[in-house]
Amino acid sequence: MFIEIQHINKIYTDKDNNANTVLKDINLEIPKGQFVSILGPSGCGKSTLLSMIAGLTSASSGGIVVDGKNVQKPGKDRGMVFQEAALFPWMSVTENVVFPLRKDMNNKQAAERARHFLQMVQLSNYAGHYPHELSGGMQQRVSIARTLAMDPAVLLMDEPFGALDEQTRSRLHGQLEKIWIDTQKTIVFVTHSISESIKLSDRIVVMGTRPGTVIADIEVDIPRPRDEHKQQVAALEERIMGLLKGEIDKVINEELAYEARS
Amino acid sequence: MKPAVKRLLFFTGLIVFWGLGSQFELWHETILPSPFSVWDALVAGFADMTLVYDLVASFRRLLIGLAVSLLIGTALGILLARSKTADDTIGSMVLALQSVPSIIWLPLAMMWFGLGEGAIIFVVILGGTFVMTLNVRTGIKNVNPLYIKAARTMGSGGIDLFWKVIIPASVPYLVTGARLAWAFAWRALMAGELLSAGPGLGYTLRYASDFGNMALVIGVMIIIGVVGAVVDQLIFQRIEKNVLKRWGLES
Ligand SMILES: Nc1ncnc2c1ncn2[C@@H]1O[C@H](COP(=O)(O)OP(=O)(O)OP(=O)(O)O)[C@@H](O)[C@H]1O
Ligand SMILES: [Mg+2]
Repeated sequence: MFIEIQHINKIYTDKDNNANTVLKDINLEIPKGQFVSILGPSGCGKSTLLSMIAGLTSASSGGIVVDGKNVQKPGKDRGMVFQEAALFPWMSVTENVVFPLRKDMNNKQAAERARHFLQMVQLSNYAGHYPHELSGGMQQRVSIARTLAMDPAVLLMDEPFGALDEQTRSRLHGQLEKIWIDTQKTIVFVTHSISESIKLSDRIVVMGTRPGTVIADIEVDIPRPRDEHKQQVAALEERIMGLLKGEIDKVINEELAYEARS
Repeated sequence: MKPAVKRLLFFTGLIVFWGLGSQFELWHETILPSPFSVWDALVAGFADMTLVYDLVASFRRLLIGLAVSLLIGTALGILLARSKTADDTIGSMVLALQSVPSIIWLPLAMMWFGLGEGAIIFVVILGGTFVMTLNVRTGIKNVNPLYIKAARTMGSGGIDLFWKVIIPASVPYLVTGARLAWAFAWRALMAGELLSAGPGLGYTLRYASDFGNMALVIGVMIIIGVVGAVVDQLIFQRIEKNVLKRWGLES
């Protein structure tokens, strides 16, 4: 398998030495080219899992293999798009996109490549601008272009559209779907929006919380574009809602119990 | 009304009040000379070039001292930010040194470097170094972890990460550090010059006071104040504002 996540556990210990199991025995296999969403309530460990694939966080036990190599540290084969655009404010849009390329090619090639990917997200006109001159949605598109430009085998996206308004988000969904079809990248997409996951992905991994585990692994075989199959989408949404209801109740009950104690 | 206009009106009012007060002898000329005598003293000082030499001498010391203090401050700040041990030891010493006015080093500096330039420049360097150190240290430690994570997923690490991401990300703090270093260095310079041999603005101030030339005393005070305000507002605040804007720290 292209990405193999094997028996991943993650335990954080807080300052009073209480162990907090965030992820418990996560096993996933993701084939090359798949668009998979990881869906779950807040705090279930989605970001933690994604940054483990990126190599930014280490597992307490278990291992992750990407394209036959054990993940030890971050690498350009795994591009990550964060919830915030994470552009470097002191660099122009082009310089930001060139940042991951500068060691692999000469300036001219890098600039050319940056131009190509800015075109892909329809921002060629803003090449010379600075991030603070761009709207949130534009910044996020630059950040996607920056990640795509280094041609990673896997695209890791952590709620990349979470901070955007509805219209912008929906437009970016369309652009991302097109980019995915054009580039055939493997995409691991973290979200807590059920409709977003159904709209975009081949497969939805539903996670439960405390501790984070996989509670369902759903193939989405609704033809694209999905907007045209509203009934099937609604039915799947209903089904996932039912799965998550229990999890959300669990969180609420825990909160209530905690408040009652303190 | 624009702030500049308000400011102009305020200072005009102040000088008019000062002039009228002198005119009607609300205070005696020996206690507070009139604006006209101050003006005459300044014109005479510039005409015979003494004030020009003073300005040149003062700025020479300041620029040497400030440049050295920015270099040492940056190097020390990087060291404190990168090494926990250095921060725990040298860091606490820097905090202590920062809390005392650097002029108290003058007697010692005079023993080491004699009564001339060396002692004053030493005091100026001490004046600027520690604020710069503390700002550089804070700047590096406060770099948004998201930038570092993003850079690492893009294949950056080690020295490349430090020079290409961490240092540029802390530029707003470096600029603030430089502005404060200038302010402290300027104060240290004036204090040092008051207590040592000329030429220099501080020296002329004391010299004029020894000879009872109150008009020149006030004239030099005004020059010192104007230089301080102009450098701070026209140079440093402007750079700081541009940097904050570019770095997205200000709307
Ligand atoms: N550095 C850390 N130290 C201690 N606990 C942490 C740390 N990072 C995350 N956690 C805990 O791990 C759990 C999962 O965090 P994570 O950020 O992965 O959740 P998430 O599923 O991405 O949530 P959200 O949808 O809100 O982003 C949380 O309960 C959080 O408190
Ligand atoms: Mg998260």
